Amino acid sequence: MKNHVWRPLYVVLAVVALVLLARKVLVPADFGVGPRGYMYGWHRPSNEQQWKEVKVKYRTASFCMECHRDKYDEMKESPHRNINCENCHGAALNHPDDPRYLTIDRSRELCARCHTRLPYPTSSRGVMKGVDPKTHHVGLDCVTCHWPHDPRKEGHQR
Amino acid sequence: MIDRRTFCKNTLLIAGGLALPLSALELFDPKRLLAEKDQKGARWVFLVDTRKCVGCGFCVKGCKVENEVPYDANVTRTWVERYLVTSDGKTHIDSPKGARDGFPRKEIEIGHGKLEEIRDEDIEKAFFVPKLCNQCDNPPCVQVCPVGATYQTEDGVVLVDRSWCIGCGYCIMGCPYGVRFFHPVHHVADKCNFCYHRISKGMQTACVDSCAFGARRIGNLRDPEDPVTKVIMTERVNVLKEEYGTKPQVFYLGLSKEVK
Amino acid sequence: MMVHGEAWTLKEFFTYPNEYIYWTIQIVMYPFMTGLVAGAFVLSSLYHVFGVKQLKGIARFSLVFSFALLPVAMLPLMLHLQQPLRGIEVMLTPHFTSAIAAFGIVFTTYGMIVASELWFVYRKHFVETALALKAKERRGPGEQFACLLFSALTMGAYDVSHEALEADERAVKKLAAAGIPVACFLHGYAGFIFGSVKANALWMTPLMPVIFICSAVVSGIALCILTYIVTMEIRKALAARRPELPSKEELKSAESQVVVMTSRYLLMFMVAAITLELLDLVFRGYTAVKSWDILRSVIYERDFVNIFVVQYGLGNLVPLVLFLVPGLTIRRAILGTALVLLGVFMMRWNVVIGGQAFSSSFSGFMHYTLPIWPDSLETFKEGLGGALLVAVIPFCLFWILNKVMPVFKETH
Repeated sequence: MKNHVWRPLYVVLAVVALVLLARKVLVPADFGVGPRGYMYGWHRPSNEQQWKEVKVKYRTASFCMECHRDKYDEMKESPHRNINCENCHGAALNHPDDPRYLTIDRSRELCARCHTRLPYPTSSRGVMKGVDPKTHHVGLDCVTCHWPHDPRKEGHQR
Repeated sequence: MIDRRTFCKNTLLIAGGLALPLSALELFDPKRLLAEKDQKGARWVFLVDTRKCVGCGFCVKGCKVENEVPYDANVTRTWVERYLVTSDGKTHIDSPKGARDGFPRKEIEIGHGKLEEIRDEDIEKAFFVPKLCNQCDNPPCVQVCPVGATYQTEDGVVLVDRSWCIGCGYCIMGCPYGVRFFHPVHHVADKCNFCYHRISKGMQTACVDSCAFGARRIGNLRDPEDPVTKVIMTERVNVLKEEYGTKPQVFYLGLSKEVK
Repeated sequence: MMVHGEAWTLKEFFTYPNEYIYWTIQIVMYPFMTGLVAGAFVLSSLYHVFGVKQLKGIARFSLVFSFALLPVAMLPLMLHLQQPLRGIEVMLTPHFTSAIAAFGIVFTTYGMIVASELWFVYRKHFVETALALKAKERRGPGEQFACLLFSALTMGAYDVSHEALEADERAVKKLAAAGIPVACFLHGYAGFIFGSVKANALWMTPLMPVIFICSAVVSGIALCILTYIVTMEIRKALAARRPELPSKEELKSAESQVVVMTSRYLLMFMVAAITLELLDLVFRGYTAVKSWDILRSVIYERDFVNIFVVQYGLGNLVPLVLFLVPGLTIRRAILGTALVLLGVFMMRWNVVIGGQAFSSSFSGFMHYTLPIWPDSLETFKEGLGGALLVAVIPFCLFWILNKVMPVFKETH
């Protein structure tokens, strides 16, 4: 029994072996150092693909144009030409299959995002056409009088 | 009693022995490194023109929907700040709900649900500043991740591996810009990733698409013909908190010294 | 929908929308508990390595106590993690550019050193107990279990000859020596975790690891003295009833001698800790870089009571006076060590919570309201309940460990 002093070391080695074994089993096979080196690129590369596969919800105006050419053209001629359809109509997702209908946001709050008057002299907000929603025809939807696709036109014709 | 010599020898031996298991950890694979160095893809950067932003918050709304950050949760991947500088020299800043609904009130939010009223005639200058992840060249959040759950891709975007993040919050602490948070559904760290699923398909980010004023643009710094690259190269652009050495890659036009 | 951190964070003026107090009471408990572990171990090593004979009485005690504290140093982290089941990944894919990544390796290394040292210290006891139990003709189920346990603990090494025991003592000395740097590293790097966060103006200082080590040793020694006194009092009470134990007078003289000796070491480390902390504060005020404006309003206004009254006043100054006045009594030692523990706890609190008391925009503040009554698992884990759980467990473990490794029984 000369060597009893080494016995704790055997236990230690067993623990280390166990951890290394756990690494073999539990660590994803592709885990490693990426192009950005160990400091910024130590990762599981398959995760990049997972992020790329996230579903696109906003399909942009060019997608809406495919079916709603008339609306698209009307918008493009108006002062609202830079506003994306989906800002008010909601994300298209797989429309028209899913969802069948989009929920249009016609609330005053939506228009008020830009058209609440804020007197900011050095910001382009200061020169936006604006009203005070607390006094401007309270209770009425903006679209009653203003045609959102082309605000130069009057009223909401549906 | 052991003498100093044996003590030192033994200490070194033990320390060396303890360090041994480290060598069993495979950290670098030179072959893979070499193979991946050859290809040169994009380097995504962002350009924010604060002079164009009107604080409508459509970008925040679009981002939340596109990236499935619960709409009513008080965290967001991008947000817009409002700065009011008054004639007494004070700067008033707020960002109600990250400007998810824009800035529906003139009053400034000062926390605890209180509002501060500012008289119109006291305002010397006022502007809006959109914020998002800076996708830094030296991302401190990646450096401090203990398990390799957040990392930078070759095109410069910092991503979070949701299946590997342990949720320690060290990256949230490490970011000087406060862009990171715990996702209320997945319970892991989350942040803006320049809509990685969109830009890798040739699309633009959701916030860029929803901005009607051209205040937000995304570009590829490795493409000299990219209009964003041209602006960055030829105009006077600025970045946020350069002093942290993070080398942020979101560039700003018309940045003022008040911006935090 | 509630976001993590929203339940206990009050925001004032401008803070970034995603800023909350993400590191809460458990992250206060974590350096506090590792500090106790490291401090207790250093105390025991003073005897084993440097041969400070006067500490013999408390050396074994603090070694076992250090071992009892060890698993509890990990518990706050588990309670804090959003994905506690994935905690093992720190061992699987460590990212060593992160200060936290070394935790798994340093922690296990340290644990194994303490366990091995304990094994050598108690080997004779294990062997004797195992042999005595084996010799018994009839064993009850409890004794049967004890027999198995002690036989396993001997790891098959039944040699208790003089030479073998001397080999044990040499091993203890070496392990204790190796343990000191590892213990200091274990805790110093807890300081590094904070000191290296460049995004946090209050945390970022190279002094942080050193401050943490010094205050760790202070708190470790203080808790050892306190627990030692308490156990001695219990033994005194027992001695009155059971004549086979050492008499009350014998215990009393041994006790006050140990307490007086140990408190000297406590004072030394405390002076070092306070000096460094004040140096840090003075330096920040003098250099007054960009962040000083907001730091000043946190340190001198918002957290004034926590920092200057509780931490420096009650936690440092009062115990300093208590220990320095000649003729240290047991009662005064109890008060002094309890206040020292409070002071070190408040130091951790003021670092961890204080570091998040201001927004990284330097334009707003955040206030942490400790959840007292848990209304969800989250507010239990990161509230008073979780903290108390962490504080109580080491004493339970110590009680159990004491059954296997009696701290007061003479072995060698």
